[in-house]
Amino acid sequence: MGDTQEGFAVLPLPQQVWGEKRKRTGAAQVRGLEGSLVYNLLFNADKMGISKLQGLAILMTAGISGAIWYHYPFSSAKDEEPTASSEEDTALRKSDLNEASPMLPWRQDVPVLTPWLAPIVWEGTFSRDILNAQYVQRNLVTGVVTFAVEKCVQFIEGFMRSANQYFLAGHPVNFYLFTDNPEKIPPLQMAPEKRLLVIPVQNDPRWPDISTSHMDIISAYIHSHFQHEVDYLYSIDINSQLLAPIGVEIIDALVATISSWHLTPWYRHKSYERRPASRAAIPEGHGDFYYTASFYGGSVAELYKLTRACSEGLRADREKGIEARWHEESHLNRYLVQHKPTRLLSPEYYWDAELSAPRAIRVKRMCSVHRESSR
Amino acid sequence: MISKKVVMGSLVCLGVVTAFIWATIGNRKVHYLPYYLPCPEIFSIKLQYTEEKLIQLFPQLFYQQPRVLAPKRQDVLTVTPWLAPIVWEGTFNPEILESAYRPLNLTIGVTAFAVGKYTRFVRRFLESAEQHFMRGYQVNYYLFTDSPGSISGVQLQSGRTLVPVPIQKYSSWQEISMRRMEAISRHVAEVSHAEVHYLFCLDIDMVFHNSWGPETLGDMVAAIHPGYFQVPREQFPYERRSSSAAFIPQGEGDFYYGGAVFGGSISKVYEFTKACHMTILADKANGIMAAWQEESHLNRHFLSHKPSKLLSPEYIWDDRKPKPPEIHLIRFSTLNKNYREIRD
Repeated sequence: MGDTQEGFAVLPLPQQVWGEKRKRTGAAQVRGLEGSLVYNLLFNADKMGISKLQGLAILMTAGISGAIWYHYPFSSAKDEEPTASSEEDTALRKSDLNEASPMLPWRQDVPVLTPWLAPIVWEGTFSRDILNAQYVQRNLVTGVVTFAVEKCVQFIEGFMRSANQYFLAGHPVNFYLFTDNPEKIPPLQMAPEKRLLVIPVQNDPRWPDISTSHMDIISAYIHSHFQHEVDYLYSIDINSQLLAPIGVEIIDALVATISSWHLTPWYRHKSYERRPASRAAIPEGHGDFYYTASFYGGSVAELYKLTRACSEGLRADREKGIEARWHEESHLNRYLVQHKPTRLLSPEYYWDAELSAPRAIRVKRMCSVHRESSR
Repeated sequence: MISKKVVMGSLVCLGVVTAFIWATIGNRKVHYLPYYLPCPEIFSIKLQYTEEKLIQLFPQLFYQQPRVLAPKRQDVLTVTPWLAPIVWEGTFNPEILESAYRPLNLTIGVTAFAVGKYTRFVRRFLESAEQHFMRGYQVNYYLFTDSPGSISGVQLQSGRTLVPVPIQKYSSWQEISMRRMEAISRHVAEVSHAEVHYLFCLDIDMVFHNSWGPETLGDMVAAIHPGYFQVPREQFPYERRSSSAAFIPQGEGDFYYGGAVFGGSISKVYEFTKACHMTILADKANGIMAAWQEESHLNRHFLSHKPSKLLSPEYIWDDRKPKPPEIHLIRFSTLNKNYREIRD
């Protein structure tokens, strides 16, 4: 396909027009290029057996017909696939569904479906165009919850700027920023469909220690506010940066992201809590994936259940004097083993910057930002 | 008197203008204004559904960790571009799904049409369903037939009931086939919306050979036709005449879905069968019948409203076809029969 201007391919004057012209003139014994035909019509009209005026009329009609064909191509519609706006669509076109057998898998190197039939979202497994078309019909609003307490306020600008650009671009999103230093938030330019709502949480008697109460805070606010404002809610760590579009492929009832450590040889470093005394314990040999607590979400109802269960588990552990190995993340994993996510996001969706990515990771959509004295 | 030259000249001009108009507008689609035959009241009924249940608890928490990092089926597509799973043997773990769905106390409905000579298939269909279809769940078989008396007693397990539904027999087999959508949507509105959570609409002239379980449950479920799962979309037998409401132009289409198997949650099945019935009525008003009757309308609907789960051709097989290597297990397939003899 050539350049596209206003959706029409730039084509030379089609040969069909000249075929028609040959039928009409009849007497014309013309071969060769259009140029010579034009020359003959104009200057050698007498030789062709028609008057000069008739030759000019033929040329004008041909020109008008050509212009009509140009604007209304009557040939059967060619595949007008939208031009790839980003690199991810090239993966799609290489194994286009309609070229060869539609049953060939697009990614053969990674698992794309869990044993409970939840899709795992990797680059090249989905078409964002189709998903966008489905999403806009439903008039949904998505929310993002993030915490910036104490030193973490330094990450706000980087996160918000990248999220503003890459997170569900073009769709309405409410960013809920919980912070204890609302005055330190820099001025941010938000896209028209994105809203930033700052929620101060310092000096709240319910939560003396904010860093251990994230789940509690989220569930309380879902109950009081978020359930009326958004349909889907996602929790993202503030010390992250988005590097590539994260779109509506993440929208589903209960969504968790596979930890990037899971793909490395050091996956045992991040693993479940095993001590039976903790409420987050998962016995040896059980469990599916290790999920990261830096990016998870789902429908408001499902997220409410998740945060309630996790905060109850954390409270029970605190009363016993136990701290789970990876804190909130252990409790999250315990919940997700029992309440299976309906969609998983591959580690592309949150990559721990300390690790080097294997080839299975074709694009890093969100990366952790190096922690500089965040605690 | 008007001279000959003037007459000839004006005739030529008329011809040119006509040709011009035909060239610019004539090739476009002609839109017929559809008018609808008198609609039954069900289209305005607000349905009260039994409570919706999501997969929540997995009480049987502990099972051996599956080897999930190794993709099980690498030879076939297992997820569609809109992230709907395609169910093949080997893609799912039946134990996990059982532990999810069993506690929900679901009732599954099955509709099947046994009209005219097709009543002879009822016994084998029901016997094989008792053996393989949703074992251990409550199942309601809704058998739409014009001769309820001819359905001889088949022994059903506990929790499973057979409900004959009387319907009218139409003159041609195509008409009978297309009226299924109307009958199903009417029945859902009047009866089954309060009785079942999920509904499957199956062809009666088929037999279950292997397990059909909760892996097939979903919001909107379609099955991939066994004859067209390995060919490009240009060869799909979509309705290609633009005057039909089931028209799909060249260059469009994901898969070719079979009309013998579809289903989903009761509310989605109602919406879908109602929509298909409306498009069938529109075609009827325009005097056109789609290439593959309601299957063409089904495909048109599923192109714009994509299913949330697809079943591989294992779930809708044709025994006349040789089994390719991609098909590991045939669960539901057609009986060999003499079409000319049983279709009037």
